[in-house]
Amino acid sequence: MLLIACPYCGERPEVEFAYAGQAHLARPAKAETLSDDDWAAYLYMRSNTKGHHAERWRHLHGCARFFNAVRDTTSDRFIATYKVGETAPGAGEAER
Amino acid sequence: MQRFSAFKLLREGFGGQKGWARQWRSPEPKAAYDAVIIGGGGHGLGAAYYLAKQHGLRNIAVLEKNWIGGGNTGRNTTIIRSNYLFDESAALYDHAVKLWEGLSQALNYNVMFSQRGVLMLAHTVHDVQVFKRHVHANRGSGVDNEWLSPAEAKAYCPPLNITDNMRYPVLGGALQRRGGTARHDAVAWGYARAADALGVDILENCEVTAIRRDARGAVEAVETSRGAIKTTKVGVSAAGNTSHVLDMAGVRLPLESYPLQALVSEPVKPIFPCVVMSNTTHAYISQSDKGELVIGAGTDIYTSYTQRGGLHVDQHTLEAICELFPAFRRLRMLRNWGGIVDVTPDRSPILGKTPVPGLYVNCGWGTGGFKATPGAGHLFAWTMAKDEPHAINAPFTIERFRDGYLIDEAAAAAVAH
Repeated sequence: MLLIACPYCGERPEVEFAYAGQAHLARPAKAETLSDDDWAAYLYMRSNTKGHHAERWRHLHGCARFFNAVRDTTSDRFIATYKVGETAPGAGEAER
Repeated sequence: MQRFSAFKLLREGFGGQKGWARQWRSPEPKAAYDAVIIGGGGHGLGAAYYLAKQHGLRNIAVLEKNWIGGGNTGRNTTIIRSNYLFDESAALYDHAVKLWEGLSQALNYNVMFSQRGVLMLAHTVHDVQVFKRHVHANRGSGVDNEWLSPAEAKAYCPPLNITDNMRYPVLGGALQRRGGTARHDAVAWGYARAADALGVDILENCEVTAIRRDARGAVEAVETSRGAIKTTKVGVSAAGNTSHVLDMAGVRLPLESYPLQALVSEPVKPIFPCVVMSNTTHAYISQSDKGELVIGAGTDIYTSYTQRGGLHVDQHTLEAICELFPAFRRLRMLRNWGGIVDVTPDRSPILGKTPVPGLYVNCGWGTGGFKATPGAGHLFAWTMAKDEPHAINAPFTIERFRDGYLIDEAAAAAVAH
């Protein structure tokens, strides 16, 4: 079981958390003007990164707040957790 | 190829087992091939076999970064069934079941396919309604599936607890009698041996590091840890690593890779006659011919490439197993492991062409790829050889996500995935 550092509550066991997928996916401002390809890319295409992955978590059975994390998907080691609105540490690689 | 037979077995038994030859070669990579398959699991080896057997290609290589059958082919719980809801899925998985039925004879290799029946338990009113809908849909499309009452389910699977003092009592089940299990290693080895006999080069410890494209964007070569290989046809059948491999060609996919765990108990005498699945409590169980209970757990909640997962996921499954089958409460577990499954948003696979000419992909089988092995191999070979999909895999494109033609088995399964 992973130990996850909620930026609000500190380190807690994984079972308190929900995973919420790739982070920093912004909904396009004018969705009605997008091509079908671009809309499908927003809805469905994911980086599925092998390495440093920026992702959303939610401390569901705690403060219930969403936050972001960078985790190495080849080892499951957390590189950092940070609040929504902050930029990812080492964002160049993580946001590929 | 040295053929196996009862007579050969008897003769070797008297001769000290010294007459068995290696079952496939371990060749050096050639400079060029007509077709290259990336991924030496059952799906990839099967595709190579059918390309050679049915489409006349001989100059084929299968590239495997580790050893063949060492990924999800050797890590699954070997369940085979075809009772999916939608016509497209039922046709796809039943195509595989029909090939399973003749596979040992076709390959001259005993894959130990055993049609012992797959019983899917219903625990809630919602489960009952969903499974009965599956039963009717399947019978309408010619796939066997029948509804059992709790007493009938107990008669089919005597260890099953059907008392009503459980948190999730058994309200009945859907039984597919043609479903069952097979020996997963034998599937990889059988395809490898048969493909090798037709001239396919199986290259182990050969990891692809780049996919090279020519001026018009088509595939022209792959670079590997054992050198560059020229080819104009590349089929990627790399399960959990598919996103990583197709990234080398600039293709993005609607995939996420999750760890899925399984475990086996200490071996015991025959006690469990069929396969039982409980989607609601996330428990999958059968007994191998060695006597181990083979148990499938759920996926972890996060994406990962580590081939291991959290122990609490296994524990959750074992709690369900112990309630469904109280006789197993004192069994000890022998080992557990994880595989990386590539999951699509609609939980249906992608099997077809990519936007890159000469590049084909077979992926997205999620938690249920083993059952499809012969069908996926057969249809992938067809698609690569003819540069167009077979009618059965035509709906399973990448473009269905753009065009809105999802095959939504995720919703149909009624499971909190």
